[in-house]
Amino acid sequence: MSSLSVEGLWKGYREQPVLRGVELEVPAGSLSAVLGLSGCGKTTLLRVIAGFERPERGTVTLGGVTLEDGATYVAPERRSVGYVPQEGALFPHLDVAANVGFGLSRAERRGSTVAQLLEMVGIGSLGARLPHELSGGEQQRVALARALARRPQALLLDEPFSSLDASLRTHVREEVHALLRQQGVTTVLVTHDQEEALSMADHVAVLRDGRIVQQGAPAELYERPADAGLAGFLGEVNLLEAEFGEGTAATALGVLALRGAPPGTAGHGLVMLRPEQLEVSRHGDDAPLPAGGLRGQVEQCRYYGHDALLEIRAEAPGPARTLLARVTGEQALPAGTPVRLRAHGPVTPIA
Amino acid sequence: MSTFAPTEQIAQRLNHAWADRRRWPLVSVAGATLAAGAVLLPLAFLVVQAQRSGWGEVERLLLRHSVAVLLWNTLRLALACTLLCGLLGVGAAWLVERTDVPARRLWAVLLVLPLGIPDFVVGFGWISIDPAMHGYLASVMVMTLSLYPLVYLPVASGLANLDGSLEEAARSLGTGPWRAFARVTLREIWPAVLGGCLLVTLGLLAEYGAFEILQYQTFTVEIFTEFKLGFDTVGACVLSLVLVALSVAVLAGELALSGRGRGFRPGPGVRRIAPRVALERWRIPALTGLAALTGLALGVPLGSLGYWILHGGSSTLPSSSILTAAGHTAIYSAAAAVLATLLAIPVSMLAIRHRNRLTLLIERISYLPMALPGLVIALGLVSFSVRYAFSLYESSTELIVAYAILFLPLAVVGVRPAMTQASPRLEEVGRSLGSNRTDVFRRITLPLIAPGLGAAFALVFISTSTELTATLLLRPTGVNTLATQFWAYTTNFSYGAAAPYAGLMVAISAVPAYLLSRRIRTISRIGAAR
Repeated sequence: MSSLSVEGLWKGYREQPVLRGVELEVPAGSLSAVLGLSGCGKTTLLRVIAGFERPERGTVTLGGVTLEDGATYVAPERRSVGYVPQEGALFPHLDVAANVGFGLSRAERRGSTVAQLLEMVGIGSLGARLPHELSGGEQQRVALARALARRPQALLLDEPFSSLDASLRTHVREEVHALLRQQGVTTVLVTHDQEEALSMADHVAVLRDGRIVQQGAPAELYERPADAGLAGFLGEVNLLEAEFGEGTAATALGVLALRGAPPGTAGHGLVMLRPEQLEVSRHGDDAPLPAGGLRGQVEQCRYYGHDALLEIRAEAPGPARTLLARVTGEQALPAGTPVRLRAHGPVTPIA
Repeated sequence: MSTFAPTEQIAQRLNHAWADRRRWPLVSVAGATLAAGAVLLPLAFLVVQAQRSGWGEVERLLLRHSVAVLLWNTLRLALACTLLCGLLGVGAAWLVERTDVPARRLWAVLLVLPLGIPDFVVGFGWISIDPAMHGYLASVMVMTLSLYPLVYLPVASGLANLDGSLEEAARSLGTGPWRAFARVTLREIWPAVLGGCLLVTLGLLAEYGAFEILQYQTFTVEIFTEFKLGFDTVGACVLSLVLVALSVAVLAGELALSGRGRGFRPGPGVRRIAPRVALERWRIPALTGLAALTGLALGVPLGSLGYWILHGGSSTLPSSSILTAAGHTAIYSAAAAVLATLLAIPVSMLAIRHRNRLTLLIERISYLPMALPGLVIALGLVSFSVRYAFSLYESSTELIVAYAILFLPLAVVGVRPAMTQASPRLEEVGRSLGSNRTDVFRRITLPLIAPGLGAAFALVFISTSTELTATLLLRPTGVNTLATQFWAYTTNFSYGAAAPYAGLMVAISAVPAYLLSRRIRTISRIGAAR
């Protein structure tokens, strides 16, 4: 197993820089996700790692071997880097078995390797099919088996699930996840889907405007985003004004525990509260609110089945504000319902 | 941006250049430039030759009374034929693809087959049974009957691919069936109609043989006569430039008419097959119409050929000369097909993979010969070789080069779709699977473009084997192809001796015409499966 490392990568098209000093460390055997909006340079990063394109400057090393550093350039076929492009890119003139066996030697192709690989990705019976006779999910499996056939030291997946139907996507994603775990191959997954990145990867790096703006474990990114933009990119968020105390933040929702040190020395600023940190109950009686409680009214309910996102107009002193609260599906409330709000858990200061 | 030291900047530039070198395969660039140059060379020498005479002479030639007559003859013929071809082509395509007319598959094949009979053979077919068939009306009829498939083919394939849900959407918005056809269906197939009509007009401008037989004087006929009989190269070149201008005007007209709304594709929804219109009491008239059209376009020329082959033989059996002619035809056609296909590879490769202004220009230039009559290209090459490369004059090489230039558009049309299939993404995946550049070309690119190369070869081979005009001008002395030998006999009124040559040419070109008609069916079947 080899670790992959990218340092100071610059790459531009027609003077327009796409990658502007990308730094990425992928520990051996781990699955790292590069998360970013379309056009942020994700695919370019993968293409440079695979050796399809040369950067203006920067280095790529895999298992201690330099693949690219301006002077050195290792051709794609000598890199031991597997690549699964977005649309699968199966060779249309070859059947499934021939696709999977493409990178193997003649002798290996004749042996049982191909059958084992097909079995491994769960399509053992489809070896004689042609690519256009496969469903989207099956095509992705073939592309994966084909890339794994040569036992590459690193595997690159470029939005491999985005072309699949929503129902199929979760399923295939889980299977691939399990398979990659079992194989222990160092993997970089590129995606624009934050749910996919958070649920699959050990390590997530967010790419924005050609730079990695933050990287770390999924929970770390979700709980401690580097700025307001990232906080919103990784999930729904409430931003509140706060006065900072000793490990606390005083907000409209009462005094809450503070995660990490407050930024700067001003003593006040913004904090982030995720929607699932808000507790919602029906207004019901006129009993006095507990400390930090707020009254409000449901303005809109976005119902997803397993859960629901409520937009609540809070009756706080000062300017009227709308807060987002996530409740379980059965706790969903229709618009117009008067409610009480209470926050719990620590909040994160946002620069 | 960070600050780069100057040396680093230079290194970066070099790096760029290195990367560009990989992105701009030199072989392709050289090949495509060669192709574009070959197309432009004859045109350039036409201009050079015309200029040598001086403007006074050019003016005198152009103001001659006969030029106005030629222009009038050519234009009124082009207009009438194009309109008739448009009506017949669209009507027949609609009947076959959108109604429940009986024996659709049979009609689909029969309606395309006239494409496989060279125009001058159709002319021969008519005049050999009725010597009174000449002049304007006869020319309009003969040319319409042999050219309407050029409209029928694209329109039929457009109708077969048509998304039925569009017409249904129009109906649900309160439009009646006829208005829905006019406002939606006709709009959809309009580019196909115009494209077909363009080919008809260009074909008419380029035709020599048929009009010579039908004794109708067009520009092309006059140019040929000036050069071959009057030995007036300058006059021929000047008139050729007028012909080129006409072709360019036609091209520009087509572009202007079809510019709007071209290339619109409805969203990615599922395509629905349009339901067919029930003809009911119009069934018999429809069948009669189709039978009359195919009878005249296919039956008359083939019947007349058959008659002369069977009964014309006061002369002995086809002598060894038919074998010699067939041999020459085969060798020339194969060589031209290989050359044109080889030139088409870099042209379409660059146009698809390295799309920029220059490569697009090269691609456009490669399509130019479609608008250039073979006669014009031949004259340009003659002017070039007479002045600068006399050893090439009337050599096999020159003839093969002329064919390759003339039919380069067909080769590009054949190669291009296959080249789109061979996506660079696939090649990259191949590289990441451990194959080097050569292996990737052998194992991925070549198998993917092979069908396209085959199609290009076939298209050029067939077209070359029935080419007459350029061959008459450029062939080496004493060498005859099927077309020229047929021509020699026909102009001597030895119809019986000429017929076997025409029969062989028809046999060669009927195959692709048949395959073309089958292809529409395949396209519509794939569409239905989707």
